[in-house]
Amino acid sequence: MNKFYHILKTLFLFGWSLFVVFPFLWALTTSFKDANAITSGATYIPWVDYEPSTQGWTSLFTTGSQGINIVGPFIDSAAVTLIASLVSLALGTLAAYGLSRFEYRLGFVKNSDITFFFISQRIMPPIVLAIPFFLMLKELGALDTIFGLVLVYVALLLPIAVWVMTDFFAGIPKELDEMAMTDGCSPIGAFFRVILPNSVPGLVVAGMFCLIFGWNDFFFAFTLTFTETQLLPVSIVSLNSSVTPWWSLSAFALISVAPLACVAVIVERYMSRGTMSGAIR
Amino acid sequence: MLQVDQLTTADPKVSLQDISFQFDAGNIYTILGRTGAGKTELLRALMGLNPLVEGDIQLDGQSIAKRPVKDRSMSLVYQQFINYPHLSVLDNVAFPLRRQGKKKAEAQLLAAKMLTTVGLGDFLQRRPAQLSGGQQQRVALARAMVKKSRILMLDEPLANLDYKLREQLREEFPRLVAGNDDSVILYTTTEPREAMELGNTMIVMTDGRIVASGPPADLFAHPPTKDAASVISDPPISFISGFVRSGALYFGEGQLAPNNGLHLPPDGPVTIALRPDAIEPGGAFNATIGLSEFSGSETIVHLDFDFGRAIMLVEGIETFEAGSRLSVSIQTEHIMLFASDGQNITTRTK
Repeated sequence: MNKFYHILKTLFLFGWSLFVVFPFLWALTTSFKDANAITSGATYIPWVDYEPSTQGWTSLFTTGSQGINIVGPFIDSAAVTLIASLVSLALGTLAAYGLSRFEYRLGFVKNSDITFFFISQRIMPPIVLAIPFFLMLKELGALDTIFGLVLVYVALLLPIAVWVMTDFFAGIPKELDEMAMTDGCSPIGAFFRVILPNSVPGLVVAGMFCLIFGWNDFFFAFTLTFTETQLLPVSIVSLNSSVTPWWSLSAFALISVAPLACVAVIVERYMSRGTMSGAIR
Repeated sequence: MLQVDQLTTADPKVSLQDISFQFDAGNIYTILGRTGAGKTELLRALMGLNPLVEGDIQLDGQSIAKRPVKDRSMSLVYQQFINYPHLSVLDNVAFPLRRQGKKKAEAQLLAAKMLTTVGLGDFLQRRPAQLSGGQQQRVALARAMVKKSRILMLDEPLANLDYKLREQLREEFPRLVAGNDDSVILYTTTEPREAMELGNTMIVMTDGRIVASGPPADLFAHPPTKDAASVISDPPISFISGFVRSGALYFGEGQLAPNNGLHLPPDGPVTIALRPDAIEPGGAFNATIGLSEFSGSETIVHLDFDFGRAIMLVEGIETFEAGSRLSVSIQTEHIMLFASDGQNITTRTK
């Protein structure tokens, strides 16, 4: 029975892995095809099914009418996403710590209402926010700038950071803060010296969410930029024309996925929640 | 010297009610009370972790009630063995010393010495999670003691340990805290034996109040109130209603003539407290045996009398069949009498 279960489990995992990896394999093979190979049906094995071409990849780093030049959008995307994620994480972590440790009351508004207020920012459809954001950035002279996008992305990512970190801090016993204070820390010292070093898994999860949402956003990147600033998702979509260069599009897609995949692999070991063991019994 | 005046709090669980007490340096005060008696709340109020509604806390004549937690010269060991999971055992203990401004090398040297004292000299580089429960609590104890604070507070430090470890640490406790002559040590517990064994002075708390205090042996022999007697006694003391009339003590169908130096109060209702050792097999009182349980080398027998329930303690391991009848006697030298207001009114001729 155990052996049967083991085989069944292995088959399922193999099938599921194939299902998950297949789009990437498809994109990878397509990125090495030329127009002829793409139009001649589904083929997978280079040199056997089709003659590989690096045209898809080289075009991404070529300027001029034949090139696409991914470098500018990549830097813009990286700058906007990283800055917005870091700012959101810093502000969100402080806000979450306050919400999890101190009791706020303003009339009928309590901590849970404030937390819900943060989360509710993500409930609204983006289109509702697009026009106010557009008008505000226009007033600030920040339309089509990295600064403007960072402002908007912070507003969008902050609820995620607050949500994740509030939940994480709720799992850290308050006695740990108190112990730090009895050991000579101020409340803020307790946060930085004890709570924050023990919050790495939460920070990693919140950071990953911020990076994913920031990096993949298309809607605001599309509505709040024109020519000066262009983010990767918009650049990819702009390749879709009457004659779509699928080879370049596939290479572009793989490059845009790569940074997040790398970050995920690097931080995966920090995502375990087991670091609190030994804090309290 | 730590002086507490009319300490009152408004804690959500148990509020402290008008607590005044003077704690002298060099003494170990065991604070005994059941769960919810306000022991932890008292420590937290002293520490500054729970706000005061009223009252003052003075350390060496200076009010510290408004000082931040870190500036009170107090240490606290929780019952949950709280340690810093991201630091090694050595750095855990060095942590408060570093906050005092000591250099890293000096702090680690002092921490290593303290860890050796508590028997963890071989575990300096381990993380708390890699230690057993008893070892984790030793780390917490070492961290609290290394600071040399004026007040060392231990909140049921052995409660989460298994029986063997509890016994072992209880035996070692006097050695571990030796040399803290300038400190006041406050040790809370729910176990009367632990309180009597470890403290120079025992404080009994119920419902957020101090109901009795004094040397443990005196308090055990003569608890001032019924509440105090109830908390101090282990196995539990039994209370039955009775009355005094014409120089005799009546309860249910029973009657006891005063002897062994016991003086009865004037005629009127009294509460009779029967310590487990006040009841012995063989005698004029008939009871039905309820539960019988073994505690170490003793047998605890729950008895149903016509006047109420009581517990009998028998030396050695004996088997008592539940439901059968048993004749017992009541030794007047082990009973206490309480007035209707709960005050101990037992008087004896010595």
